Amino acid sequence: MAIMTYREALNAALSEEMERDPDVFLMGEEVAEYDGAYKVSKGLLDTFGSQRVVDSPISELGFTGLGVGAAMAGLRPVIEFMTFNFAFLAIDQVINSAAKMHYMSEGQFQMPIVFRGPTGAALQLSAQHSQACETYYSHAPGCKVVTPGTPADAKGLLKAAIRDNDPVAFMEGELLYNFKGEVPDDDDFVIPLGVADLKHEGEDVSIITHGKMIHVALQAAQKLEKDGINADVLDLRTIRPLDMNAILETVRKTNRIVYLEEGWPYAGTGAQIVTMIQEEAFDYLDAPIIRVTQADVPMPYAKNLEILAKPSAKHVVEAVNKVLYR
Amino acid sequence: MEALSPTMEEGQLVQWLKNEGDTIAIGDVLAEVETDKATMELVARGDGVLRKIFLNAGGTAEVGAVIGVIAMEDEDISDISGASGGGAPAAPSVEEPVSIPEPDPVKKTDPIVAAEPAALASEKGRIKASPVARRLAEQMGVDISQIAGSGPGGRVVKRDIEAAKDSQSAPPSRPAAPTWAPDETEYEDLQTSQMRKTIAKRLITSIGPVPTFYLTVDVDMARAIEARKSINSMLESEGVKVSINDIVLKAVAGALRQHPNCNAQWHDGFIRRFRAVHIGVAVAVEDGLITPVVKHAHLKGITQIGSEVKELAGRARDKKLMPEEYTGATFSVSNLGMFGIHEFTAIINPPEAGILAVGGIEQTPVVEDGEVVVRPRMRITMSCDHRVIDGAQGSRFLQTLKGMLEEPTAILL
Repeated sequence: MAIMTYREALNAALSEEMERDPDVFLMGEEVAEYDGAYKVSKGLLDTFGSQRVVDSPISELGFTGLGVGAAMAGLRPVIEFMTFNFAFLAIDQVINSAAKMHYMSEGQFQMPIVFRGPTGAALQLSAQHSQACETYYSHAPGCKVVTPGTPADAKGLLKAAIRDNDPVAFMEGELLYNFKGEVPDDDDFVIPLGVADLKHEGEDVSIITHGKMIHVALQAAQKLEKDGINADVLDLRTIRPLDMNAILETVRKTNRIVYLEEGWPYAGTGAQIVTMIQEEAFDYLDAPIIRVTQADVPMPYAKNLEILAKPSAKHVVEAVNKVLYR
Repeated sequence: MEALSPTMEEGQLVQWLKNEGDTIAIGDVLAEVETDKATMELVARGDGVLRKIFLNAGGTAEVGAVIGVIAMEDEDISDISGASGGGAPAAPSVEEPVSIPEPDPVKKTDPIVAAEPAALASEKGRIKASPVARRLAEQMGVDISQIAGSGPGGRVVKRDIEAAKDSQSAPPSRPAAPTWAPDETEYEDLQTSQMRKTIAKRLITSIGPVPTFYLTVDVDMARAIEARKSINSMLESEGVKVSINDIVLKAVAGALRQHPNCNAQWHDGFIRRFRAVHIGVAVAVEDGLITPVVKHAHLKGITQIGSEVKELAGRARDKKLMPEEYTGATFSVSNLGMFGIHEFTAIINPPEAGILAVGGIEQTPVVEDGEVVVRPRMRITMSCDHRVIDGAQGSRFLQTLKGMLEEPTAILL
């Protein structure tokens, strides 16, 4: 096991996949000469050259469309968004072209393309640049959505996303890029899409979450442990496809569920998953499922208000106590 | 089920005054229904024939539930099953049959019927339980209706089932010790009437999960003191001494036998009224208090009660009580007289419905026949769970108790 940052893990995945398959190329703002806004593509220009590591103009709709065309022509593009907050400009290409191409062409065109970049809030980036965008992409059939929370998951899942023949929105976290963790040395370390991971084991309550929020959940689990409560922390890792079996397993085990997500509650990922749980495991619930989410407001700029608006370990502990009737 | 009072949420069908097959005219009295306030007449809102009765006498249905069908004689009512279970109004039939409540804003004259499946109607009302609690109860063979829920609004949750299972399966730790086990001869469960349910619901909203009120009375203890003296002098040779508290316990047991509605417990959906009297006696221990129970106090003499209390209290202080020795009380007594306390209120130990707080005996000036005289007086205060005990019932019990203490020979009656 090597210790590396989330950023280094992504870089290794890109490098290995570009090495492995000459059809893979990277395109986005500042990805080449500047090594990427968050230095994820550091050194790739030197290794693979400007044909495969391409700086784009500041035109999200344009270069995303280029990527879709390249995928139709048989390449395997990785399109970097400086952040998914900027990708709203490009979402027509993602939803209306990439996600539907295989279906509308009656299978003539596959769409092996990855859209990647950070999602969610960092610190004081205000309302327009602090959004968790998972649900926009998971809403549309045809698009896969991956949200790695650790360096190992980042590496294994990005490699799987690049090899996948469907469009994948690969959503990272700005605050995660410096996060360090163990990554298997195996240079063909691939984590299949659609497999959740139990990040912490307990029998009293389940905290189901994904992406950056697994760290909030783990923090809450530690606090709860001091109180004698042991929590399952289930990291979904991919929102689509969803590992429903893993969800049902933890529901049947603990009977009490808290769903934690970084985004807003209304039609969030939790709304979907809670619905599926009650459809398939109603008889295993001991309490109504509680969601912990961002407050249903645009992210405030003021630091104190931003802290209040974001889901926190304290909120999770409160929710856990509620589902445990404590 | 029509809303027959502004606050009615469900009604209990007392009796049908019409039978299936009877011809009904608008305004006919169909049935008597007990609401949260009174027994009311349920009146037909349309003409036709009473084709079907879903809710039998004694059953309870939520407002809006289908309890019967009035329709034309040859009309097809097969799709009005009423078996859908409370709440959802039945689908309006295309014709114009039916009758009874559930005002239809569109067609006021031909509204829909109400119904609650007969099976549900016989239950004591809806039991709130989490899905997994129901599932576990079924698997473990636990009767969920007998379990007091600890969740919000009395919801039975998983831990309640597990606790019930534990208490059922825990083997008696010391078979030799005479253990108290409830059997059907010791208590009866009374179905809670609509009025009792409403009293319970309102009071909980007002004051908390155990809506308590307090009744205080002064007792002249001169005769009880005499009685104690003569008992103790009779038994001096045997080295036995009884206390005033022992006499109080004996009197409480006797008074509870006469007022069984104070010797009762509140359970969700029913009140358990005990024939046997098991008195919990509050004992202060080093880090708190515990209430060992004098079982079958109504069958025991004062000296036996006294020696049991002494023995239980001793072991309580040494923390050597077995669980069965401090559970199962039907009523409790707490005495702080020895600390010079004049009067106080004690907190009910649920599911018991009452506890008596006993103050010390004090020489007190009182007016008797227009003269001020000094009498040994003791103030007792009973805390009552209002869901079970009403003011008049508690007062009558205290009257009896006061009578017994002021004339201890009454205990013998």
